[in-house]
Amino acid sequence: MVSIRFGPVTVGGVVLDNHLLLAAGILGTTGSSLKRILSSGAGGVVTKSIGPYLKEGHAGPCLVVLEDGLLNAMGLPNPSKEFVDEIACLVKKPVIASIFGGNPAEFALVASWFEGRVAGFELNLSCPHAEGYGAAIGTDPALVEACTLAVSVTGIPTWVKLTPNVTDITAIGKAAERGGASAIVAINTVKAMRISTGMQRPVLGNRYGGLSGSAVFPIAVRCVYELYEACTIPIIGCGGVVTADNVIEMMMAGASAVEIGSAVYYDVKVFETIKADLYRKDGLSPEQIIGSAHE
Amino acid sequence: MSDGLSLPVSILRVKKETSLIRTFVFDRSFPFSPGQFVMVWIPGVDEIPMALSSENTITVQKAGDATAAMFALDPGEKLGIRGPFGNGFTKGEKVLGIAGGVGAAPLLPLARADCVMTLLLGARTENELLFVDQLDECTDVLIATDDGTLGMKGYVPALMDDLNLGAYDRIAVCGPEVMMRAVLTKVEEKGIAHKTEFSLHRYMKCGVGVCGSCCIDPSGLRVCRDGPVFSGDLLLKSEFGHYMRDASGSKKNL
Repeated sequence: MVSIRFGPVTVGGVVLDNHLLLAAGILGTTGSSLKRILSSGAGGVVTKSIGPYLKEGHAGPCLVVLEDGLLNAMGLPNPSKEFVDEIACLVKKPVIASIFGGNPAEFALVASWFEGRVAGFELNLSCPHAEGYGAAIGTDPALVEACTLAVSVTGIPTWVKLTPNVTDITAIGKAAERGGASAIVAINTVKAMRISTGMQRPVLGNRYGGLSGSAVFPIAVRCVYELYEACTIPIIGCGGVVTADNVIEMMMAGASAVEIGSAVYYDVKVFETIKADLYRKDGLSPEQIIGSAHE
Repeated sequence: MSDGLSLPVSILRVKKETSLIRTFVFDRSFPFSPGQFVMVWIPGVDEIPMALSSENTITVQKAGDATAAMFALDPGEKLGIRGPFGNGFTKGEKVLGIAGGVGAAPLLPLARADCVMTLLLGARTENELLFVDQLDECTDVLIATDDGTLGMKGYVPALMDDLNLGAYDRIAVCGPEVMMRAVLTKVEEKGIAHKTEFSLHRYMKCGVGVCGSCCIDPSGLRVCRDGPVFSGDLLLKSEFGHYMRDASGSKKNL
């Protein structure tokens, strides 16, 4: 297997301990769980998405485990501004605040709470199951550009997480780039549904949800590959990464780093596990791998 | 691995245990270890974690919208069940059980596994005591009620003062968190926190260790996956007995 030589990693203006980040929405509700993941080998962590108002999220069921992935509809539960205190224990750590809003002004407001307290922002323009937020905005290039600009003007690294639930993801990627994004994160979950035949109704309280895990890995690789051809800013690959070889594949498609989420379901120490397989003293430099599948 | 979709169960019977507590009997059994829980889907309402009181029953106290909706269900109606999840109590040979209120639910199957020598059972008043007869059949039950209508007048941790705690190899505790914290203080004083286990209740969304809504401070341990049963020494310097988080992740003092 291809392996990487260990060394300092800077992606989209953020200094990371390695190429592996915890994805938003996974064990990101509390400062102590983020700390636990950092100490178990993650190169950086992305928080639960924080918005302008406190939200309790959707009624359950909020998640079901499938054969090759997870289907969830949490509904962006978050304590809003109170979360600033939650991550006070993580000062100077590679913490990215995932934020959402319904318009550029709300994005700017939420970002202002975290200035000086996080290494960067990840804009959630991609949650597929929250009315008026996430993908509701992230499918409109003009809104993506405006929301990105509202945060990037702070000068703090601003990553934009994209939804795959569009016809042409590169149009959205380019909009983020025009808005001053420091990096693109691709992809958020794929809009999906399962129905319980026994109960004769959709298995999630919100009916629709987002699919993650191995099932979406090929979609994520395709999106990263397309974005690498269309955009010049770095790409962080996300979606179904479970093994070190998946990391290499994402990087060959064009990712400068990867985010890992659903794999935590199988192994809470997945970062340690992948790190041990990924890095070798005699491995290739990341530059030799990133985008190397393109002609 | 296979799909973890909810399994539909029909309610065969609903048994009124106390004014606020009912047992729902299912037409399907779930092999489990005492202390494990299931995620119970009340269609159109919500999904909530509930300890199994036997392999085909849950015993529920009316507390919020979801449990109120359950209380309105009749035999023949359906629920969805995911699980069992979590770790359950560590097996022991001479176990002391300590239960308050509906906390007797996960301790009944432990007592039925024939390893509980003594069980301390508490409630506010006599007719709110849960599973007195069932527990009496399989273990030695000592009772405390807040108003003294049955057993000792006072809180259940006070019953520990008359026992030789050294005679037990494990202590299993489930009940209101303030009561469990009082037990933790007592076992810490006696240097036996490490052999005492507490079953925690926290707000949960996913139930499988992914979303993080039930993580406890400062360890970041997940109540749904690393617990819900935790050793006392892990809880000594923690949020246990002080605060918990609600659906939004906001801290709420006990």
